[in-house]
Amino acid sequence: MIEQRKPAVHAHPSLISVQARRQLNRGLQGTLAHLLLFLTGLSFLMPFVWMIGTSLKTAEQIFVWPPIWVPNPVVWNNYYLAVTSIPFFTYLGNTLLISGWNVVGILISCPMVAYGLSRIQWPGRDLLFYVVLATMMLPYVVLLIPTFLIFNALGWVGSFKPLIVPAFFGAPFFIFLLRQFYMTIPFDLSDAATIDGASEFAILWEVILPLSKPALATVALFTFIANWQDFLGPLIYLRDDSQYTLSLGLQRFLSAHGAAWAQLMAASTLMVLPIIILFFLTQRTFIQGITFSGLKE
Amino acid sequence: MSVPLSLLFSFFLALALNLKVRGMAAYRTIYFLPTLVPSVAMAILWLWLFNTQYGIFNSLLHLVGLRPLGWVTNPKTALPSLVLMSLWIVGQTVVIFLAGLQDVPTHLYEAAEIDGAGAVQKMTHITIPMMTPVILFTLLTGMIGSFQTFTQAYIMTNGGPANATLFYVLYLYRNGFQYIQMGYASALAWILFVIILVLTVIVLRTSRGWVYYGGLR
Repeated sequence: MIEQRKPAVHAHPSLISVQARRQLNRGLQGTLAHLLLFLTGLSFLMPFVWMIGTSLKTAEQIFVWPPIWVPNPVVWNNYYLAVTSIPFFTYLGNTLLISGWNVVGILISCPMVAYGLSRIQWPGRDLLFYVVLATMMLPYVVLLIPTFLIFNALGWVGSFKPLIVPAFFGAPFFIFLLRQFYMTIPFDLSDAATIDGASEFAILWEVILPLSKPALATVALFTFIANWQDFLGPLIYLRDDSQYTLSLGLQRFLSAHGAAWAQLMAASTLMVLPIIILFFLTQRTFIQGITFSGLKE
Repeated sequence: MSVPLSLLFSFFLALALNLKVRGMAAYRTIYFLPTLVPSVAMAILWLWLFNTQYGIFNSLLHLVGLRPLGWVTNPKTALPSLVLMSLWIVGQTVVIFLAGLQDVPTHLYEAAEIDGAGAVQKMTHITIPMMTPVILFTLLTGMIGSFQTFTQAYIMTNGGPANATLFYVLYLYRNGFQYIQMGYASALAWILFVIILVLTVIVLRTSRGWVYYGGLR
């Protein structure tokens, strides 16, 4: 193919110039783009570098002018102080507990609801689907007060329940995401299973779920991260210091030891690190999930 | 205010990333990383970057011979500082834009090149029209999100200085959960909902004029 094309190009001088100009343009654009991307990339990384740098400095090195980028000597002790001056591991345990149960709850509830909204025909289904979508449009704060009052009436305020139990009743965003995914699975598969005498539940368990692993991974990942970093929820519902999550703990740390920047940066690094590691382990799922949830309507 | 600015910024970044540059995966990762930083950690980190005496921003200003700024401690610069910070987390929008850009059929560009269209014309006649659905989506979600700014303002400035960063939700939180005026806070929530709803409807209405859906002909 390529060998055939070459002489053809030579035969038309006008084509060569177009090609050459396009190449030149592309080269120029490429260089410009590289420059732009490199500079902005640098400024995007700068806060991270500064965070880690600060977390390893002595107090004298932090409060100097002009600032020092590379700490010398490297003070690992800041990390030790960060995890001991606040009950770091208690906070970590609470955060993991809440995030973990949320992932479990979402993975139990959302596939079932999404299945009902996509693979079974029943009257009123589409109307209910729109209702689910509509709840997604409601800003979180609008629901904040009524849900707080409900949980208060149940006597759940001050426990983990308001932060965990709702996950077992589904989340509209993930129901929507999974429904969109289920719609793309051929109906022949479930028809064949029905003929073999499988119940709807068996179809969901043995046909749909194995096929939707990438979507489920996305849902689990997003749920975990959302709960890992949630601030407003724990702020409102948790009362006791022993129940605090990392988000809350970090904020309390800031107001209590405002100037202990090295330890604050160390604690922040410890909170950021797991998410970044998780991201690198699941990069493909992640980017897929973002574009998937953003575009496919 | 941060919505148009971060949309524009992420659009340009996505365009640059779409030029099939080498190391695109690395760049994409770099831009995406900040969005993974939990909002509390981010607020604390930026508070430190903005630090008047020892912060990195003032040392950069010092390098180019400008006087240091108060950033979040000055009523005039507090809000712009938070907008600047919001530009750091455009990664998600960049990824969405990038996916949209890669969906634009290349044959359109080829046809335009044969017709002698330049880079600007290709941009205004192909790229932007084909991207309008994606722009609409990011505009709406960005708008709804920015109305709900809470965590950063709560931690970094707590509404101050001089109420310069007293965001709606922060005000609502204070009334509901600090002054225990649940009724007033509920009313505030409803008003916010109506404002968002009205704005969304307006954007959607006007979008009929400027959004182009490839599927409908």
